[in-house]
Amino acid sequence: MKNNSSLLRNMTILVGVIFIFRLFYLQILNDSYEKLSDNNAIKVKYEYPERGYIYDRNNKLLVANQTSYDIMVIPNEVMQIDTLSFCKLLNISKESYIKRIEKATHYSPRIPSVFLKQLSKADFGALQEIMYNFSGFYIQKRIIRDYPKNSAANVLGYISEINEDQLDEKETYHQGELIGASGIEQFYEAALRGEKGLQYIQRNRFNKEIGAYKNGTLDKKAIAGQDIVLTLDSKLQQYGELLMRNKRGGIVAIEPSTGEILALVTAPSYNPNDLVGRKRSKNFTKLYLDSINKPLYDRGLLAQYPPGSPFKLANALIGLQEKVITPNTTFLCFHGYRYGNRENEFMKCHCEIFNSPIDLDLGIYRSCNSYFSNVYRRIIENGETPSLGLDKWNDYLGSLGFGNYLGYDLPTGKKGLIPNSDYYNKYYPLRNWRAVTTISNAIGQGEVLSTPIQLANFTAIIANRGYYYTPHMIRYIKDSVINKDFTTPKYAKIDKENFEPVIQGMYNVFEKEGTARYYKLKDLSQCGKTGTAQNFKRINGKKITFEDHSIFIAFAPKDNPKIAIAVFIENGGYGSLIAAPIASLMMEKYLKGETSRPILEDVMIKKSLEALYKHQEQTGYKGAEKK
Amino acid sequence: MDETHYQIFDFDVRYGKQLIWILLSFLIILFILFIEAKFYERFSSIIYVVSLLSLIGLFLFGKTISGATSWYVFNGISIQPSEFVKIATALALAKLLSDKHYNLKLFKNQIKAFIIILLPIVLIVPQPDPGSAIVFLGFTLVLYHEGLPKLYIGLGFSLIILFILALLINELLLSALLLSVIIGFYFIVRSKKTKILSFFVIFICAVGYIYTVNYVFNNVFEQRHRDRINLLIGKTIDAKGIGYNTRQSEIAIGSGSLYGKGYLQGTQTKGNFVPEQHTDYIFSIIGEEFGFLGSTLVILLFMIFIMRILKKAKYQKSKFSRVYGYGIAALFFVHFTINIGMVLGLLPTIGIPLPFFSYGGSALWGFTILLFIFIRLDANKYYEW
Repeated sequence: MKNNSSLLRNMTILVGVIFIFRLFYLQILNDSYEKLSDNNAIKVKYEYPERGYIYDRNNKLLVANQTSYDIMVIPNEVMQIDTLSFCKLLNISKESYIKRIEKATHYSPRIPSVFLKQLSKADFGALQEIMYNFSGFYIQKRIIRDYPKNSAANVLGYISEINEDQLDEKETYHQGELIGASGIEQFYEAALRGEKGLQYIQRNRFNKEIGAYKNGTLDKKAIAGQDIVLTLDSKLQQYGELLMRNKRGGIVAIEPSTGEILALVTAPSYNPNDLVGRKRSKNFTKLYLDSINKPLYDRGLLAQYPPGSPFKLANALIGLQEKVITPNTTFLCFHGYRYGNRENEFMKCHCEIFNSPIDLDLGIYRSCNSYFSNVYRRIIENGETPSLGLDKWNDYLGSLGFGNYLGYDLPTGKKGLIPNSDYYNKYYPLRNWRAVTTISNAIGQGEVLSTPIQLANFTAIIANRGYYYTPHMIRYIKDSVINKDFTTPKYAKIDKENFEPVIQGMYNVFEKEGTARYYKLKDLSQCGKTGTAQNFKRINGKKITFEDHSIFIAFAPKDNPKIAIAVFIENGGYGSLIAAPIASLMMEKYLKGETSRPILEDVMIKKSLEALYKHQEQTGYKGAEKK
Repeated sequence: MDETHYQIFDFDVRYGKQLIWILLSFLIILFILFIEAKFYERFSSIIYVVSLLSLIGLFLFGKTISGATSWYVFNGISIQPSEFVKIATALALAKLLSDKHYNLKLFKNQIKAFIIILLPIVLIVPQPDPGSAIVFLGFTLVLYHEGLPKLYIGLGFSLIILFILALLINELLLSALLLSVIIGFYFIVRSKKTKILSFFVIFICAVGYIYTVNYVFNNVFEQRHRDRINLLIGKTIDAKGIGYNTRQSEIAIGSGSLYGKGYLQGTQTKGNFVPEQHTDYIFSIIGEEFGFLGSTLVILLFMIFIMRILKKAKYQKSKFSRVYGYGIAALFFVHFTINIGMVLGLLPTIGIPLPFFSYGGSALWGFTILLFIFIRLDANKYYEW
């Protein structure tokens, strides 16, 4: 009889153990319940912080904020509403209504999604009164950007709705929120954004809010984004944009003593206000699809052009440093430089100093191709093999900021190209290339590519006589320390004294019978170097020559330079024709505040290359005759 | 809720009411302990009859609350007699089984015991309160402890398993399966003694049972009962409809994690997401606010509590005390199992309270009386009667 007495005890133990296992599963193993609970019992309300303002170096407001209103929807809470009148109010079709609800439900039936973006103030006023009729919908106030200056769109960038990929990466963002998508807005997103405020609200099962969760102890107030002061000089920037009208290209101006970017102009560009508000997506598509003008493409940072003659300065510096030339070394020019015996092994030159000794100074200000071909050849042949010579040359150029991204604080960039021995070994499997094989590098043609910002930085190195600060846009962020890299000088592998003869040559570009002599100023000592880069396009396998790119680099004043600038005009012809005057005008504007050459200024502003571009696009052939 | 805390004994709020019930239950305890132990054995039959009368009285004077006529209401205080019938049945069963001439091996005696258990069930089911009725089946475990042949337990389990299978599988298919199992079994245990006829009878009875189950399920049960059972055996999945309670209770418990959200900090609890969270689903609050550690502790306490009663019962000298002890252990076990099993989503929704946790005066007093009669009996075990 007593045998049976353990049954109830065993059943109790069994049931107890099952319960504990079940609890273990529910509470420890399966964490999906944790979230579900938060979703249905606690509602999170967000308070969006005001995004930080952006100022230029003179505290002029570049980017401010304006308010906009989004209609949000929580699909699960949409009860039977008068869909027809709702659609009418918002001026959308019923199909669009259904599509929007579906999209929101797909994202999450419980979490708010954007139903309709960026209402106008008038719409908001009308809707606010009757919104309570439409359960599940509410109006969310949001801050959008405002650009008082219609300028520097490429620098400032834009903010846009966060995309799905970013949502996966960034936990603190939710669907429909705005995020910096390019330019300064993207690079300094963390500072500009601030911190979202949170409010946890306890709900009951009828979705009625019954008070603050944990008496609001977990709630957070929104923290406004930090204001940012840029190094940009908006006056200079706007002036540059004005001068670049109807042209394609870029201008980069840097303050050599700090590396601060004073102007970063790309043309053509767009009005930043076009990418704000409800018209945004339409305008953005238009800009994005414009594959000819490429207004969203920052030529100052991204366009890789052959640097042309300014690159001769780099070869001069390396030649001096390697001691293969002195400032007094002379070469002869015979309207060109013959580097082989064959007919085509001849590089033309326009210095027009026939069979008369040319020294470094004259070589620079007359931009003699023969002179620098000799220098380049000596540099390469100074190595035990052409490979070693070229790699040393490459190393020098790296220290001059060529062939790398530089590390500035904008999210886009291009490396440019400075070839090394591996590069040529790939094209010459027998490794039978020599200095003369690559002779185009002497004059910044051939394989060499650089971006305008690299050229401007190179100019700053010359202006500083041997060092540079990483070019940057940020001048000041409240409560944050600016990247230390921007305040550490980086030295080129060229001694200080080797810069003086080169600078003398650049000075004479303006002062003596130089290529920019027409832009000489009485009260400003300018140093510069013109460039004219040939460019080709391969169309259907045929090499087609386009009008040359017009290039100019300059700094001023000669002693204690305040500005270094690089100007690149696509298909602008000789460097002395467009790039040089624009550079000179920019420097004068920055240093003097106004121009002493209103006629030149006017000509440059009115100068349009649109017809040429159009012609080139249509025919694929070189359009205008060289002047 | 904070602003009402100082009104602890406020009769208008639940916790105030419950506190009053708890205080009054101390008086009841004193009263029980003062009464001579012999009284319970002597008067058990009368108590049982009176309690059955109270159930019958419900049909005349009962008050219907949320669909079930299970309550007497006096001056706004409602009393649920079925809670007290449990005590009476435990006493009556103990009395029957402790009779010197009683032998559970006899079929006649078995029937007597079953009648004592079944009478309250018959009276409670039509209220309708199937939850309370099911509890009485727990007494069959007592009979088993007292020597009821194992065959009955085997039969009981077979019937439950067949019941579930009958609902899940087509009747014909199940009958065919059953036939093959029985034939297989026959060839395995075959000896000269076994009669093929008895196997045939078993098979016929089983098939009859299967068809009866389906008939009862489809024609006698109400839709809500069908829904609950269907949901549990996985025939329908519907988180917002009938399964809502269980789903919400699982969410609440799951969200407690290891340590819980803290006393009075449960978000699901505050939001009233779990229906009946103060009565039948009270364990979900323990799960949410005290986490895995707290709820495991509660389960361990219940296990220790039941096993302690069993151990005490086993060593009672008087058979009456022993059977009564087993009886209340079985009752606590059934409440514990069905209530927490339901809250954890392991058993169908059967509304019975968790002893000493759920809100409700009748249940609290019922369990208190149940337990303290046993304590009174136990205190008496050293005296010769």
